[in-house]
Amino acid sequence: MTDTSAEQKTTVSMTVDGRAVEAVPGEMIIAAAERAGTYIPRFCYHPRMRSVGMCRMCLVEVVGPRGPQLQPACYVPVAEGQEVITDSPAVKKAQDGVLELLLINHPLDCPVCDRGGECPLQDQTLTFGPGETRFVEEKRHWEKPIPLSSLVLLDRERCIQCDRCTRFADEIAGDPLIDFVGRGDHTEINTFPDQPFASYFSGNVVQLCPVGALTAEPYRFKARPWDLEQVESTCTSCSVGCRVAVQSSGNRITRRLGIDADPVNQGWLCDKGRFDYEAVNGDDRLRAPLSRSGDTLGETTWGEALGKAADALAGARDRHGPASIAVLGGARLTNEDAYAWSKLARVVLGTDNVDCQLADGLPAEVVLGLPHATIDEACEADTVVLLTADVKEELPVLYLRLRGAAVAGATNLVELSATTTGLTRYATTSVRYRPGEAAEAARQLVAGGAVTGDKVVCVLGRPSLAEQPDSVIEAAGVLLDAVPGIRFLSGLRRANVHGALDMGLAPGLLPGRVAAADDGGWFAGAWGTLPETEGLGAAGILEAAAAGRIQALVLLGADPLADVPDRDLAQRALAGAGFVLALDGHLTASSRQADVVLPVVLHHEKPGTATNLEGRVTRLGQKITPPGSSRPDWMVAVELASRLGGDLGLETLDQITDEIATLAPAYEGITRAALAAAHDGLLAGRDDASAHEAPPTMSSAEHPEVHAAAALGETDIVASEPIAVRETPEPAAAKPPTLRHRPAGRTATPPATDSYSLRLVSSRALYDEGTLVQHSPSLAHLGRGAAVRVNPAELERLGVTDGAQVRVSSSRASLTLLVAVDEGVPRGVAALDYNQAGPGAADLIDIATAVTDVRVETV
Amino acid sequence: MARLNPTNIERAREVIARYPQPRSAMIPLLHLAQEQDGHITDDAKAHIAELVGVMPAEVHGVSTFYEMFKHEDVGRYLVGVCTNLSCMLLGADELLAHAEDKLGVKVGGTTPDGSFTLEQMQCLAACGGAPCIQVNYRYFENVTPERFDGVIAALSAGTDPEGQAVPPHGTLSRVSLPHPSTDADRERPQEIHS
Repeated sequence: MTDTSAEQKTTVSMTVDGRAVEAVPGEMIIAAAERAGTYIPRFCYHPRMRSVGMCRMCLVEVVGPRGPQLQPACYVPVAEGQEVITDSPAVKKAQDGVLELLLINHPLDCPVCDRGGECPLQDQTLTFGPGETRFVEEKRHWEKPIPLSSLVLLDRERCIQCDRCTRFADEIAGDPLIDFVGRGDHTEINTFPDQPFASYFSGNVVQLCPVGALTAEPYRFKARPWDLEQVESTCTSCSVGCRVAVQSSGNRITRRLGIDADPVNQGWLCDKGRFDYEAVNGDDRLRAPLSRSGDTLGETTWGEALGKAADALAGARDRHGPASIAVLGGARLTNEDAYAWSKLARVVLGTDNVDCQLADGLPAEVVLGLPHATIDEACEADTVVLLTADVKEELPVLYLRLRGAAVAGATNLVELSATTTGLTRYATTSVRYRPGEAAEAARQLVAGGAVTGDKVVCVLGRPSLAEQPDSVIEAAGVLLDAVPGIRFLSGLRRANVHGALDMGLAPGLLPGRVAAADDGGWFAGAWGTLPETEGLGAAGILEAAAAGRIQALVLLGADPLADVPDRDLAQRALAGAGFVLALDGHLTASSRQADVVLPVVLHHEKPGTATNLEGRVTRLGQKITPPGSSRPDWMVAVELASRLGGDLGLETLDQITDEIATLAPAYEGITRAALAAAHDGLLAGRDDASAHEAPPTMSSAEHPEVHAAAALGETDIVASEPIAVRETPEPAAAKPPTLRHRPAGRTATPPATDSYSLRLVSSRALYDEGTLVQHSPSLAHLGRGAAVRVNPAELERLGVTDGAQVRVSSSRASLTLLVAVDEGVPRGVAALDYNQAGPGAADLIDIATAVTDVRVETV
Repeated sequence: MARLNPTNIERAREVIARYPQPRSAMIPLLHLAQEQDGHITDDAKAHIAELVGVMPAEVHGVSTFYEMFKHEDVGRYLVGVCTNLSCMLLGADELLAHAEDKLGVKVGGTTPDGSFTLEQMQCLAACGGAPCIQVNYRYFENVTPERFDGVIAALSAGTDPEGQAVPPHGTLSRVSLPHPSTDADRERPQEIHS
C-alpha cells in the first residue's frame, strides 16, 4: 500500500511475504507479522520484555538498498514501505542453521524432560528445523539439575542461553540474582555462589523457559503435558486476581500457569500464587463433616451436622434474638457463595452481624465508597501515593506492575510508610511516619508539594495491624480533600475480600455496594425482609462473643485465632460463643474449637465469580472434583435456610450470578453472558463522572462488549432460564445508589511513647503461617520466622547483638523473640512480621488501643 | 583475602566517582581486587556489588566472562604461551610442550610449590617477536626453549629475568589514582597502565 499521506497516518505500512500489513510505529517486525497472521519462530523474544536478539531464530529477510538481508525480526522495528520475507530459501537455510547449532549441545533427553510435549525447541525443530545434524562430537556436560532455589531447578545442558530468565529476573522482578556465567561454550546460567534465586517471582522463569532447562520442584515429573487438562480461572491467593490456567491430571491440580491478562497480571504470577495449589490437593483436606462430642471432633453425616447447626442457629435466633448470631469471614468465598450467605444472614437468620474482614482491614465504606482506580490507572498516574502495607509482600503482582511503571518513568511513587518496603527503592519520595500519625504525614506530604499531577492514585490499605486504621483513613481524607480527582486502589490483600464486601458481608451493607440506610425498599422488597438495626463488625462481634452475647458464631473460612490481630480477644470470643459453626477446607486452630465443622470446596473445585482489588469481576473455573463430600458454601447456606424454615430462592449457581446482576446495583450489566464475552473481566460499579446518577454503572463507551453481550443475555439466557427471585422488587422502589464516602474528622494524636518503649508495626510477609502456605509443602518452610526488627541505634541502646534473644512486652503479653537489626526501621519503632511461626504480634496487640507500644529488653 | 582492604576501598571510591553510573566501575574494581588477592574471591565480588549497587550475581557474571580474571588462586607467576598462527609457525607448539616438561604440569596446572601456572594463550599481538610468552602479562619475545629455561630459572632464583621486573600477578591492572590534573585528564574515564 503506497500512501502519499504517510505523515498523517498513525500506522506504518509494510509487507510481509508480499501481503500488506499495517503495523504500530515502534513495534518490532516479529510482533507486526504475528498480528497479521505470520508466525516467525523465536526463543528469546518475549513481548513483555526487552528484545535482545540472542537466539537468532527469528532471522527474516528485510529488503534494503542492497537487496534482501537477513535480520532478526525481534530486533528490527517496522518502517514505512518495509518489505519482509519470512519464507525464502535464505530464511529457511538460516533457520536450519540456527536450530542445528542450538541442538549441538542440547542433550535431547526429551523423554525425561518436563517440557517434552510442550517444548518450543521440539516444536520449532519439527516445523522449521533440518531434522538431522552433522555434529558427531561429544556434547558439553554439566551436573544436572542444580537447584537455583528450593522451588526452581536448572539443567544447564538443556539451556540455549536465550536470556529470558535473566531478563525476567532483572527487568520484571527486579531481583537480578541469576546471570550468565562464563563465556563461549562454557556459558551457563547461575546464581552467585551460595546466594539462591530467592525471588518471590522465581516460578515465572520456569514458565518462560523455551526449553526444559528450568523446572519447578512442585511439578517435576508429576505429569506429561499431553495428560493435562486445563481451565482458565483467577488466582485467589490474594486480591490482585491474576488470571491463571489451572491444569490437572488424575483429579489433582498439577500446575498453575500465568495467563497474560493485560490490565492485571500480564502473564506473571508470584510463587505463592503459582504453587499454593498444593494445599487444595492436600491429603489433610476435610472430607466429611465433623461434630463435637465432648472434647473431640468426630466425623458425622451432612444430615446430622446440618441438623445440629440449624438447631443451634434456630435456638439462638428464637430464644436470644437474631443479634445473638454472627457470621465472620467470607473472603475465601466466591461472589455467589458470599451473596448466598449475605442473604441467609439478613433474611433467614435476621442478623446484620456479618463481617468478611477480621479486624485486619478497613471499614467497608472506605474500601467501597471512595472513587475507584484500576491497576492500569495507577501505572499511568502522574503520582501514586502508597498508603498500605508492603505491596511486595502482600500483593506481589501489583508490586510488579507498580515497580515496572516506576522503572519505566511512567509514574512517580510517593510512599508513606512506617518502615521501608519493597517499593521504597523505586519511590521518588518515601516518608516515614510513626504508627498512628499517618494523617499528619499526609498533610505534610501535600503541603510539601510531593503529590503532583492531574492523575493521582492512592493505594490504600492497612499498613499495620498493630495500629487502628483511623489515622490511615483520616490520611485518605486529607488526600481526597487536597487532590482533586484522586482515585483509590484498595490495598486489602485477602483473596476475594472485595467480592465479599460487594456482596454485603459487612455490617450495614447490602450487595452491590449499597448502604443499608440507602436501601429505600429495594432489597427489603426483593428479599422480603432486612434486619432493622445495623450489626456489629468483627471487633464488635468478638467482644460480644467474649462477653457471652453471641449464641451462634459462624466462621466462613475464617480463622480468628490466626487472623484477628488480637489473639487474646479471639480466644475469649471462641470460648464465649455459645455454638461455633465452621465452614472450611482444612482444620484450623479456630475450627478445631468449633462445635460443627462443614467441609467446603476450595478454589479450582467450583465455578463462580470473584472480584479483585480494582472491582474487576472474573470467572473462576472448576478443574477438579472436591474431596469427600465437600460442598460449596452457597449450597450450605441454601440448605441451612431450608432447615430454618426459610427459602433463599436460590437453587443453582447460575441463578445466583443472575440475581446479583439483577439486584446488586454495582453489578448491573455483569451478567453471565457479559462475563463469558469479556476476557479480562468486567469492572463493577465503575463510578466515572456522573455514572452513579444513572443506573448502568458501566458506561457503554467503556465496555461496549457488556452491552452487546447483555443484549444477547436478554434473549439467550434470561428467557430460557427465568430468574427465580421470589419477591420481585416493589415497582415503586428505585434501585438504590452505590455507596459514597468521604472520610472526615481528626483522630486523636496517639500518646507519646515513654523513652523505653518502641511503637510496634506489624504486617504480613508473603510466606506466613496462613492455611494455604502451610498446607503447601513447597512453600511451608519459606517463612522467615518471627524476629523483631529494630534500628541499629536501638540495638546499640539495648546493648544486645543482632540475632540475640530479647523479651518483647506489651500490655497484653511478654514474648521471647529473636532481634534483627534493620536499617529500614526508624528509631522508636519495632517491626514484627504478622503470623509467623510461634507466638507473635497477635499476642502483643490489643485492638481496642490506637497503637501498640512494646518494650524490648534483654533476656 | 577477601573484601577490599581499606586502602583499596578508598581507591575504589575514587574510581567509582569517575563514572556517571557506579556500575560502570565494575571492571576496574575487579582488577583492583585481583591486584589485592592475586585472584578474585567471592567476598570481593560481593563487596564490589555493594560498592557499585548491583547484585553479586551480576558481578559474578561479568568477572567470569573475562579470561584474565582468575577465580582461583594461581601460581606466583602466570606463564602464558601464545600458540596462535605466527607463534605456531615459529615453534610455539614445541615451546609449549617444552614448558610442560620443564614445569612438570599440563596447561592450566600449577606447580606443587605454587610458583608457576602454565596457560595457553590466544594471540598476544606480538607476532613480530614470535614465539611470544607472557609472565604475569609481561612480554618475552623470540623465546627459545633455552631462553624459556633461563626465564624460569631467574624467576625461581628471585631475580629479574632478562633484566625485566615481573611484579606479582594482578599488578598489570594497577588502577591509577586521579591525576592532580586538567579537565581534559578528568574526562578520561580511567587509566590502566602496566
